[in-house]
Amino acid sequence: MKVTITVNGTTHESDVEPRTLLVQYVRESLGLTGTNIGCDTSSCGACSLHLNGESVKSCTVLAVQADGGSVTTIEGLAKDGVMHPMQQAFMENHGLQCGYCTPGMVMAAIGLLNENPSPTEEQVRIGLEGNLCRCTGYHNIVKSVLACANNK
Amino acid sequence: MIPAPFDYKRASSAAEAISLVSEYGEDAKFLAGGHSLLPLMKLRLAQPAVLIDIARIQDLSYIRDAGDHIAIGAMTRHMDVEKSPILAEHAPLLSFAASHVGDPQVRHRGTIGGSIAHADSASDLPATTLALGATYVVQGPNGTREIAAADFYIGFLESALAPDEMLTEIRVPKMNGATWGFQKFNRRAQDWAIVGVAAWKRGTESGVGLVNMGSVPILATSVAKAIAGGASVSDAAKLAGAEAEPQSDLNASAEYRVHLAEVLVRRALESTSK
Repeated sequence: MKVTITVNGTTHESDVEPRTLLVQYVRESLGLTGTNIGCDTSSCGACSLHLNGESVKSCTVLAVQADGGSVTTIEGLAKDGVMHPMQQAFMENHGLQCGYCTPGMVMAAIGLLNENPSPTEEQVRIGLEGNLCRCTGYHNIVKSVLACANNK
Repeated sequence: MIPAPFDYKRASSAAEAISLVSEYGEDAKFLAGGHSLLPLMKLRLAQPAVLIDIARIQDLSYIRDAGDHIAIGAMTRHMDVEKSPILAEHAPLLSFAASHVGDPQVRHRGTIGGSIAHADSASDLPATTLALGATYVVQGPNGTREIAAADFYIGFLESALAPDEMLTEIRVPKMNGATWGFQKFNRRAQDWAIVGVAAWKRGTESGVGLVNMGSVPILATSVAKAIAGGASVSDAAKLAGAEAEPQSDLNASAEYRVHLAEVLVRRALESTSK
């Protein structure tokens, strides 16, 4: 099936099998491998990206469902070599250890602040409930998100 | 994990969706947000030959004040149910329960109609709308009919929907100042409830729905009858398991589930959740 999907500002016209998952599409068709596949069962959040401005788990979205839509992946955040404030905040606050959950965590965190620009610590923890960090690095992840919110 | 191959059709209206499902019959499944169906398809527990995408039917995404009830379009996403000012005023139990479905990413995609039509007794919204005495509006080739939530759930993942019918609207009676509680007992954030309770009370009237206490969502009618008869909340809550037929699994034995239900029903009826 022919789909038109704008990813990180570039519009792609692609022919995909209906069963193609959005995460497969960005990783394998477009080569954007920053979005990780973790559990592949919509539990861990590693594959989080933005579809039409909202965080979604791309392992549980079909590429055909994103037809006509706009996708932002972790690769689309930095502008002219300058990191997105959330990426910067993760770096400055040691918000990552092994880094596997980080792209999804950053995308979910940006989505969280889009919906609630000044969250409390509890709201950050609840807002990131869909993202797991197997290093259990939550303390600094929450610190990073709060730092980013406070820097705005 | 990739689903087995299927044909993908997209409906732009309920009539088109029903015409498509009539054409493909039982080989077809409706695709709403996909957060119940796609995981099953990835595990090959479901292998529909045709998916009919109904998520883009704009006419089915709304929340309206309809006098004595709130009308919710079946394709309204959990996040929109959670954040609706109309529901916050007239059916806060439902918006609160919606805020406990999955996680934000799931709530951005999943729909109330998809969750109800999937008819999973472990999901939050079937039991919550059951507790609220909701009515479901379904559309088929011969028009629409209304099904009371209490008559809708007939078996494990099985509902009163005919194969060529589609759930289009959920009608939730206004709560009119009832106190309410929603209790979800689970081990980790975003998990399904080991046991969940949605309950409201207004004087001697009440409604109590149980999540994951049987093969279908359970309406705890014995609790409501006891309250109507003047029993205290703590006495009535002891009847929470009367209609339930819980399973034992890795998370909890059936006996423990009954114990949890009694405690959670009491808590849900004692105070309004925050």
